Amino acid sequence: MLANAPVPPVPGNANAMPRQRAPESKISVLIGIIKYALLVVLGFTFVLPFIWMFISALKNDPQIYTIPPIWIPNPAFWSNFPNAWTQYDFTRFVFNSVFLYGLPVTFGVILSSSFIAYGFSRLRWPGRDVLFGIVLATLMIPYAVTMVPLFIIWKNLGLLNSYSPLVIPAYFGSAYGIFLLRQFYLSIPQELSDAARIDGASELGIWWRIMLPLAKPAITVVALFTFIGTWNDYLAPLIYISKIELYPVALGVNLLRIAASSTGTSANVYPNLMAVSTVVTIPVVILFYFAQRTFIEGVTTTGLKG
Amino acid sequence: MDVTMAQPTAKRRGLTRTTRRSLLWGLFFVSPWIIGFVAWTVYPLLTSLSLSFTRYDLLRPPIPIGLANYTELFSDDPNFPTVLFNTFYYVVLSAPLGIISAFLMATLLNTKIVMRSVFRGIFFFPAIVPAVVTATIWQFLLNTQYGAINATLAALRLPTVPFLSNPDLIKPTLIMVHVWAQGSAILVFLAALQDVPRQLYEAATVDGANAWRRFWNITLPMCTPAILYNMVTSFIVGFQTFTFPFLLLGDNGGPERAGQMYASLLYQNAFSFLRMGKASAMAWILFIVIMFFTLVLFRSSARWVYYGGEDAR
Repeated sequence: MLANAPVPPVPGNANAMPRQRAPESKISVLIGIIKYALLVVLGFTFVLPFIWMFISALKNDPQIYTIPPIWIPNPAFWSNFPNAWTQYDFTRFVFNSVFLYGLPVTFGVILSSSFIAYGFSRLRWPGRDVLFGIVLATLMIPYAVTMVPLFIIWKNLGLLNSYSPLVIPAYFGSAYGIFLLRQFYLSIPQELSDAARIDGASELGIWWRIMLPLAKPAITVVALFTFIGTWNDYLAPLIYISKIELYPVALGVNLLRIAASSTGTSANVYPNLMAVSTVVTIPVVILFYFAQRTFIEGVTTTGLKG
Repeated sequence: MDVTMAQPTAKRRGLTRTTRRSLLWGLFFVSPWIIGFVAWTVYPLLTSLSLSFTRYDLLRPPIPIGLANYTELFSDDPNFPTVLFNTFYYVVLSAPLGIISAFLMATLLNTKIVMRSVFRGIFFFPAIVPAVVTATIWQFLLNTQYGAINATLAALRLPTVPFLSNPDLIKPTLIMVHVWAQGSAILVFLAALQDVPRQLYEAATVDGANAWRRFWNITLPMCTPAILYNMVTSFIVGFQTFTFPFLLLGDNGGPERAGQMYASLLYQNAFSFLRMGKASAMAWILFIVIMFFTLVLFRSSARWVYYGGEDAR
């Protein structure tokens, strides 16, 4: 919604009084040049490392170590991709990341957080805001504080080397998801709920039939952030999962990194590593490309107020 | 639903029927969070506190040892002051530098430019790539002999920079990469910039304020809530930094432990040395440090954060 709204004029734009137009337009051309130069230079700083990763994935060992660096490898070794992919069972790692970790967690977070957020926004009850303050305060608690006891709990339950320790807590809400969805629910007019109540709808029905469909943009944002978070996560799987066949993608990439640092002489270590890194980055790029608007709108509409 | 849930609290004094009804529904909706909060937060928090006064290796039952873990950390463990210093160094520099650059980049992205969404996506990109990938890339780029940066410098007959092998350069290198990956802070600032009411700029222009005055007296004050938010998040996340330095520099954080972060020593104590008690003590010290800084930031915010008057939400 807001992303389509006209952008407020910002310092540097010539929108001054008519009599000032002549001197200011010259300056604004200069400012425009500086602006685009900055954008391009910064843009390259952000993208170049990833382009370099892709270029390196196409090289063989002599090309990798050539000085000055080679920008267009000739010949290009596309075979690095299948070779690296099968060095460990990366198809398995992707399956684990998506179906054992990412999707179950994402589903749990959006279901529970949208439910809990309803209680924190659409209903007015004594103690609500104090409790919500506690929700926000939990964001301050370092992962390290609960890490050791939680590890002991899951160990005693015999659930190490499974995704349960990572998935089950997601069904009890995430503070970030609750916060984002609460902000969104607050922006929905109260009359909508009142009308539904007069028509005899229960609170449960209002949540499920009215709020959930309306909150789709915000839910998409939470789902995307959550899914990308699991895809990128390293520490939690590192603690709970030690069987290689259960590894998620991030731990799988690290297997290749360990191989790279311990056997510096073995063939094609860096190209393989770069090939796998490239493939692992692609889903994030695709998700982000299609979701960019939703991402940014989500943050814009839900805002920071409240 | 109402009937079954109403019984336990039905006799509460001073609540009207409607308030009681919404109280029960409210508690019903937030109950998953309450259960999760007790199970995954309160209980582990208390367990961790009590474990911090014990010696515990997961195999034998915990042995109470009083404050020995804490005294050992502060007087007997040479690595503890090192990681404490490293982490403070990192947070105190990377948080403000990251926020300033994110704010400037957001201001740049918020101007009238062609292909705005493309640039926005590019600026945001480094923040959403898996840390294991960024660590791999940077380790490769920063390598002293064959890394692209040093290979280019060498080809130009310039001196090479031992980013990851010189202890003095490790922390600045970590801060540099942090500033490079400011996507989420940029996004928060973009949202804040778009919320600045247009009329304020128009009125200021009519009053003869130039671009700099408009930025200093309108844009900046209107963005202070976003600055506070980013500041608090950077501090909380910064003190807990683990994955990137751990992957880039290894378990011990490179030569002389120059890049070992607090969370990484904590992880080592817990899962490499199986010293759960000591790790819990470290975790509680970290918790107190984070609480302290968050409190200081919020306390100071009354002086420098401006909340727009019409904010009804």
